[in-house]
Amino acid sequence: MIEIRFHGRGGQGAVTTGELLAKAAISEGKWAQAFPAFGPERRGAPVLAFCRVSEGKIQHRFQVKEPNIVVVLDPSLLDVLDPSKGLKPDGLMIVNSPLSPQEIKKQHKYSCKVATLDASKIAHEVLRLNITNTTMLGALIKASKLINLSSLDEPFKERFGKVAENNLKACHRAFDQMKLED
Amino acid sequence: MTKPADQWKWQELEPGFVIIEPGSASDYKTGDWKSMHPVWNEAVCIKCGLCYTYCPDMAVFQKKTGYFAGDYDYCKGCGICAHECPTGAITMVEGKE
Amino acid sequence: MTQAARKKIGIEVSLAVSDAVKQCDADVISAYPITPQTHIVEHLAELVANGELDAEFIPVESEHSAMSVCAGSSAAGARTFTATASQGLALMAEIVYCVSAMRLPVVMVVANRSLNSPLSIWNDHGDVMMVRDSGWVQIFVENGQEAYDHIFWSFRVGEDPRVLHPVMLNMDGFIVTHTIEPIEYWSDEMVKKFLPPFRPKYRLHPDNPVTMGAFGPPEIFTECKMAQEQALLAARPIIDKAWDELYQICGRRYLPVEKYRADDAKTLFLTMGSIGETAKVAVDEMREKGQEIGLVSLRLWRPFPFEEIKDAVKNAETLIVIDRALVFGGVGGPVASEVKAALFSEKKRPKVVNFIAGLASRDVQPDDFRQMVEKARAKVAAGKEDEYEIYGVRG
Repeated sequence: MIEIRFHGRGGQGAVTTGELLAKAAISEGKWAQAFPAFGPERRGAPVLAFCRVSEGKIQHRFQVKEPNIVVVLDPSLLDVLDPSKGLKPDGLMIVNSPLSPQEIKKQHKYSCKVATLDASKIAHEVLRLNITNTTMLGALIKASKLINLSSLDEPFKERFGKVAENNLKACHRAFDQMKLED
Repeated sequence: MTKPADQWKWQELEPGFVIIEPGSASDYKTGDWKSMHPVWNEAVCIKCGLCYTYCPDMAVFQKKTGYFAGDYDYCKGCGICAHECPTGAITMVEGKE
Repeated sequence: MTQAARKKIGIEVSLAVSDAVKQCDADVISAYPITPQTHIVEHLAELVANGELDAEFIPVESEHSAMSVCAGSSAAGARTFTATASQGLALMAEIVYCVSAMRLPVVMVVANRSLNSPLSIWNDHGDVMMVRDSGWVQIFVENGQEAYDHIFWSFRVGEDPRVLHPVMLNMDGFIVTHTIEPIEYWSDEMVKKFLPPFRPKYRLHPDNPVTMGAFGPPEIFTECKMAQEQALLAARPIIDKAWDELYQICGRRYLPVEKYRADDAKTLFLTMGSIGETAKVAVDEMREKGQEIGLVSLRLWRPFPFEEIKDAVKNAETLIVIDRALVFGGVGGPVASEVKAALFSEKKRPKVVNFIAGLASRDVQPDDFRQMVEKARAKVAAGKEDEYEIYGVRG
């Protein structure tokens, strides 16, 4: 089972990211579970969302405490909380940032594996919005190989309707540009 | 600063969980995530106070000089003040402050 | 939305629940939105508005009115559905008791949530325990598939002419309702085979006038309550039969009391609701380490399955009952109190240790189950098994 934790701010689509991933995984015949840390919604407040993907049934009814992967949608969160908390020893943190993994690790003293992608730049170019969730989803899939990229087509169409095409474009661009460093 | 919820022991709670520190919500600087902030051009501002009236967050205040300014602790960069200003004295600028 | 049967789709449980209500062709839905039930009623409103469900959706100004409308609708012979939680359930409580006494088979989903105060939008069983004695058939589900399946089951049981009782379908708010997980939909043929149309014995109609909800003076009230209680108890065989029929239709076996690795267990957990799924993870982990641990999950809350509980726990030494609600000034947890009553006259019975956990959906993880086993051991050794504990309280 792979456990993922998403860090975002209310209004950035952190919850939706987990949902899209789960739906895509389920369409491939896997078992998946997606849910947020529930709370009264407020734009801007730090938000946690979780996703578990497994071949067999998942019966975990509690938050992900030891994720394999952590995804940070908003780099300003790094100053407010430590997203690497609980990350498994061989886990990976993916951060939306123009900085390199080395710079991020140095700045915040993380000892875990870090990967970065300037998702905001891609989102601005393709979506003309600073909403990076679908972009970061591409980065996540490149890094984790959890699902086939094409499995996102249906969930995106269902969720985004007219703007599904652009969101898929942003997602695919991130998938192509995402580099995994040692 | 109010103690965060997850640090209270049950014996420390007031009867009826009454919160005795008034206005404690103001401890939370909710403007820390904005991507743009308003800037006033005092050469153009006519001190009409519409920005203050329209701000949904009470994040605009009047300085002693009579001109208006933003309280960036709580301003979330919604841009309503800039939109409503009759003289165009307010510009939304990238960044938190 | 038509789905091929047997293929699982990833969907938010609330939406699947609404789709099931649509597949049951409910006639009247009257509800008031309250977190965490909102997605259920919003989706139903959409389905009615776009014509996918041919029903009356009656928005009302409060839950009190919602249940009143449901009572009237059911009394007129319409298949009736509603959903609520927490304060909403509290607000409609007086009508909830009437609906069961009047034998109106309304189906209600309760998206379990704490009762105020302080204000909590999060899950625990405080709300449904408030109407424990209301006379409704009450069940608990643990996950999305169960939530979906039991919509069909609830109408099937409640509307059966030998039952004619309202059914309360409890699912943990947020933890079940708002999670996206795989759910296998029923085909229209499966629904048709399982759920007959609603044919009420009496309904309000000018051609055959009857009086419902009359005045009950001392001379007759006792007889009314005896008849109501006997009818609820008599529902039991049909409840079991409906689960058998459900198994024939879709291959999933549900029981009033379910056991997991319990037969040779010295220590048993007893849970109700979604916490039981995490309990299974904990049991598996502890079994790996050689501990003789098992789980009993209570699915049927009312009418309480006394015989099945006695049978499930008879060989255990310690029974750890984990309640998700607190009985103030009383015995601790409502489930533990019920279980102890069931075991009172048994010559051989386990020591019952009661924990209250997961209030306002505070996380309960496999490690917490391990700690409860240690604590239970210590309590039993000290002869203090009767002292219930609010697990994890700070201070």
